[in-house]
Order: sequence, then C-alpha cells, then structure tokens
Amino acid sequence: MTADTTGAQAAATRLTLSRALNEGLRKAMENDPKVLIMGEDVGKLGGVFRVTDGLQKDFGEDRVFDTPLAESGIVGTAIGLALRGYRPVCEIQFDGFVFPAFDQIVSQLAKMAYRSAGHLRLPVVVRIPCGGGIGAVEHHSESPEVHFVHTGGLRVVVCGDPADAYAMIQQAISCDDPVIFFEPKRRYWDKTDVDLAGGLAAALPIDKARTLASGTDVTLLCYGPMVRTCMEAAAAAAEERRSVEVIDLRSLSPLDTETIFASVRKTGRCLVVHEAAVTAGLGAEIAARVSQECFYHLEAPVLRVGGYSTPYPPSRIEEYYLPDLDRVLDTVDRAFAY
Amino acid sequence: MAVKAAGRAASRSAALDKPSGKPELIQLLTPEGERAEHPDYPLELTPDEIKALYRDLVLVRRIDFEAIALQRQGELGIWASLLGQEAAQVGSGRALGPRDMAFPTYREHGVAWCRGLDPAKLLELFRGVSHGGWDPKAHNFHLYTIVIGAQTLHATGYAMGIQRDGAVGEDGEAAIVYFGDGATSQGDVNEAFIWASVNNAPVVFFCQNNQWAISEPLDRQTRIPLYQRALGFGFPGLRVDGNDVFACLAVTRKAMQAAREGQGPTLIEAFTYRMGAHTTTDDPTRYRLSAELESWKLKDPIERVKQYLIRSVMAPESFFTDVAAEADQVGTRIRKACLEMPDPAPLSMFDNIYAEPTALLAEERAQLEAYLSSFVSEEVGR
Repeated sequence: MTADTTGAQAAATRLTLSRALNEGLRKAMENDPKVLIMGEDVGKLGGVFRVTDGLQKDFGEDRVFDTPLAESGIVGTAIGLALRGYRPVCEIQFDGFVFPAFDQIVSQLAKMAYRSAGHLRLPVVVRIPCGGGIGAVEHHSESPEVHFVHTGGLRVVVCGDPADAYAMIQQAISCDDPVIFFEPKRRYWDKTDVDLAGGLAAALPIDKARTLASGTDVTLLCYGPMVRTCMEAAAAAAEERRSVEVIDLRSLSPLDTETIFASVRKTGRCLVVHEAAVTAGLGAEIAARVSQECFYHLEAPVLRVGGYSTPYPPSRIEEYYLPDLDRVLDTVDRAFAY
Repeated sequence: MAVKAAGRAASRSAALDKPSGKPELIQLLTPEGERAEHPDYPLELTPDEIKALYRDLVLVRRIDFEAIALQRQGELGIWASLLGQEAAQVGSGRALGPRDMAFPTYREHGVAWCRGLDPAKLLELFRGVSHGGWDPKAHNFHLYTIVIGAQTLHATGYAMGIQRDGAVGEDGEAAIVYFGDGATSQGDVNEAFIWASVNNAPVVFFCQNNQWAISEPLDRQTRIPLYQRALGFGFPGLRVDGNDVFACLAVTRKAMQAAREGQGPTLIEAFTYRMGAHTTTDDPTRYRLSAELESWKLKDPIERVKQYLIRSVMAPESFFTDVAAEADQVGTRIRKACLEMPDPAPLSMFDNIYAEPTALLAEERAQLEAYLSSFVSEEVGR
C-alpha cells in the first residue's frame, strides 16, 4: 500500500479485527467532534462484539449512546443528526436485524442527497456484522450486502482484515456519502499488524480493490469473510502449480472494475466468491460486466462460488452452505476444465 | 363477517390506571408466600391446581438449567435463559385454552411447556439442528421469533382472522403474544397496538418486563410504566407481579376472556427480572450491579409458592421431593434427547422452502449432492 514499509512496520501493533475497528472509531472521534456512535448495547457493554468497547467511557454519553431497541429509529434519527451536522456511526447488532431499518436506509438515507439536488449530504455510516460460520441461530449469519448494492446512493464496503479495517472505518466516517459498512463477524478475532500511526493519506482509497496475491492463471474475487478463505485456496492451488490472483474487492458499490478487468485480462479466468446466495448476488453483476468487457480474454466462463438459493440453514449444516477452501478449489478446477 | 368494534365494558375502563399515579402492581401471592386478594381478580384454586402450578414452575426451571449446562458443554450453540420469569410464563400459559393461539419470542420455554410442546424441540433450535421446525398448529404455539417484536403483528393479524371466522363470543378464541420491554420500542410493536386497537382484535399483549434489553436498562426504552402506554393506544393496560404465578394466571385469564368475548386487546406488563444473562454469550457483570440481582432473589417466583403450600399445609414434604425427582428425570430425558439428536442431512437445507421445489433449487441440490459424493468416492478410492 505504501512505499515506506519499514516505517509502517515500526509502528505496527498486532490487533484483532474487532480491536482495529475500535481503534479506527477512536481515531475518527478524536479527529472530529461531530462523530457520534449510536446503537443497541454500544455503550457500557461496548457492543456484543466489543467493537465500541471503552468509547463511551472516554467520549461520554452524548457521543456514544445506547438507543432504544429499534433499528428503524437508529437509522432514521441518524439521518436527522446528520442533517444537523453530525456524522453518526450506527451499529446494527446483527445482519438479520437490519431489515426493520431497510426503509430508512433505502428510501431515505440513499436518496436524500439526490432529492435535495445536492444541497444535502448524509455522512452516515451503518456498521453491520455480517456472514455466518459462527454456529448462530437464525438471522445472525446472513449476507445482505447486495440489497444495498442494488440501491443507488449508498456506498457499500466490506472490510477483510484488521489492518485494512482500521483505515476503512475512518475513511467511511470521513466520506460525505452514506456508507453501509460490513464487518465479517467470524473474522472479528483474526489478528494482523495494524499501523496505528499511519495517516489516511497513505491508505488505499475506500473505493479501490486490493490485490492480495499476484497470479497469472485465475483471478479470485472476494471480500469480507472469504478473503482469508481465498488466500488459503491460493496457497493450496500453488502446490498444484496454479498461479492464483486474489483480489479483495473491499468496495462493492462502487465496484473497482478497473482492477477487476485488468486482472481478468491477465489471467483469463475469473471466480467470484461470496457467502451470499449466488442467485442475483454480486457475482452475477461481476460476471455480466467481465463477460462484456473481457470477453476475448476469457478461457472459461466467470464462475461463482457462494450460498444456495435457500434461507440460511440451521448452523449444524451451515458448513455445506458456506463456500470453503474445498469448494473454491473445486471451482478453480472447473475453470481449468473448459 | 363478525368484525365490529364492541363498546367497552365499564368495568374494563376501571383497569386504566391514572397515568400520573403510582403504578399499581397486581399481586395475589407475596414474595413471603402469603395470599393477597384483589377485588378485580378473585382467584380460587384447589390444592391440586396450586401443586400443579408449582410442578410446572420447578420443571420449567429445571429444563432451563439443563439447557444452560448443555450449552456450557458445547451441545447447544446458545441458550436464552428464562430464569426468574417462570411465573410470568407459567401463569399466563396456564390461562390459555386449547383453542387460543400463543405467539412467543425466543425465551418462552415456560409457555411452550404449558402448551405441551416437547422441550427437546426447543433444544433443536438452540443446537442448530432446525429453525424451530415444530407444527404451530399442533399445540397452538407459534414458532419462536427472534427478530424483536415482529410476532406482535402476526398475533394481531391472527386475531383479526378470529374475528372474521366469527369465533368471538362467550365461547370464543383469542391470541396472546409475548414480547419484552426492549421490544416496546420497535415500530412493529407500536403498529400492532394500533391495529389491535382500531380493529378491537381479540389479542392479549403480554409484555415480560425483565428490566433489561441485553445491557440496556428499562429507562433506555421508556419514561412511563409500560402498561400505561396502552391508554394512549386506546385499550386497557395493567401491571402484574410477574414473579407471582397466581396473579399472572388471574390477570391473563381475565384479559383472554375479555378478548374472546369481543372486548378487544389488553396490555399486560408482567413486572419481573431477568436473573441470568441475556443469552449464554452475554456477560451481565459488565453492565449491572449484583445488588439488584440480590434484591430480586428475594422475590423468587418458585420459593413463594412453596412457602404458601407449606404454610397452608396443602402439600407434604414428599410432594416437594417427588417434584424435584421428576424434574431431574425431565432434565435427564432432554439431555439424552439432545445428545442423541442427529445433525440434519445436508441436502435437507433445500426442503420446505416453497410448496413445490423450484427447478433452481432442484439444480442446486443436485450440485451439492454430486459435490458431496465426490468426496466419498475419493475416500473410497484411497
């Protein structure tokens, strides 16, 4: 990301994803007194995943506050606070609980700038822990990102690891557009080095994809919880002398198609991997665009690895629903079989 | 069509407390186990009926205890304990008739027990074997609803169906819906109040105010006693001692009968306390004081019934040891059922999504089947 890797390493601290987000929120609150944190259990408890741990103690109950138990209210009042000049960061406790707020997000948050002919901007961030693989009961394992990608006026991003999340949450907060910010909940306790001293100027822009592994045979496009899975798949494929390029999309709306197309033109094969159902999922959008823009470079159709067209299943069989290393490798094999 | 906004009986308007007044707590059995009387809620129970309530309370607590242990041992993914809320659930659950319909949250294990649902079915959901999977019609006990407050609208709509079926009257039916103090902030719950009110629907709103919505105390949800909100929506509300199984039984019986007879909805606020964590993944020591917990221990819902039975010489010592022994048997039985519960077949995830499977689902099922069998053949090949 930056040329000055030695300096970054010197300041690096090993943090979990949850902690890195916490540090990012803290930094944003220090830098801008208008930043607020609101949601269920974000105060004294510090959020059910501890992402806001200690922030109420340090910034006070005016800036970090527990809301009544009503998601529509959380986003609706965040809009009002933004109209008054604040930059609210809302926490929705679990993916499946965002839907009571769906109306406020889709009909109000996404459209107000447009309706005002640009007179209004709503710098609201809606943080949503997403995805499965944690053995949870229903409504706690969903991947609803594409509902928001389909809605013009929202930025939709997904963080993939602690180092990136630390910068991304700050970028999301400083962004003047509404941002739906997904956090892969099964990766909350994964650790990487995080450069807490690094400024945002050196960070990758929030709407750019990042190439995590360079390869020449096949491109794996992924985000959030599947980033680690795809990196593991790339390592396993390397043992079979297959050179896999892994791209963390980071921003699902807008999509960094420049990075995607450049990679697919190089490798000639493209897989999109996500937990969400493949039916009308992000992979469908990418497949259409890649087919259109990289048609003569393709050695195989764009293939998708993702959830089935079912409701999220009971956790005892979620491993069969969720893409994993084997399913990714199996699909890589299929891409080579054409 | 029997949809008609019946005039409200004069006696029911008496149930509307003055919003400015100190909340009245309806109580028929004190924490010390002494019988109290209330003019609006006379309750005559035979010794056998009281002993049956005691047995329910003890067994329900034992089921809860066993489920917590199963979760700690990794056999359940999570468990939402009802500890402290046994009386609210058993009292209201035993007030229902077989044709009444109950709509629970995810914590109504005591109501499930009263409706005759096998506790092992509850474990399926928390083990991750199913999303519930029981037939709500078999026991007139709907599926657990995890999205907060959503079921209040379902109960209201069901009650509107009762009206349209002409099943309102002396021998009528009613719905009851359970929710918590936190849920009262949800739009759905407030909409349910409005719909029930303007339709005069035969539904009872049973709010277990256990004082905590995960880490948020009641004052994050309301500045007035919750039951007083009903007045603004146009129907009566009352607060009952949620740790008093007699009072919960009496007020729910009366409210259900009023609903069945066409007098419309009632909001019951059962004032209780969540003695345990929100769920087994929660740590309440992070946000609440143990002194509060200690003060509620003195109001234990089971101990007061036991004291009453002993003092009024209705039950010999052997009764209590017998109930304790039965509780252990139930605990052992559900533990065994849990441990023997098979994981669902992977391909079962494609079942029951539509009335008839779609071509897309059939294709995906075949894909997964072929994919899984590729592992089997590889293993056989080795």
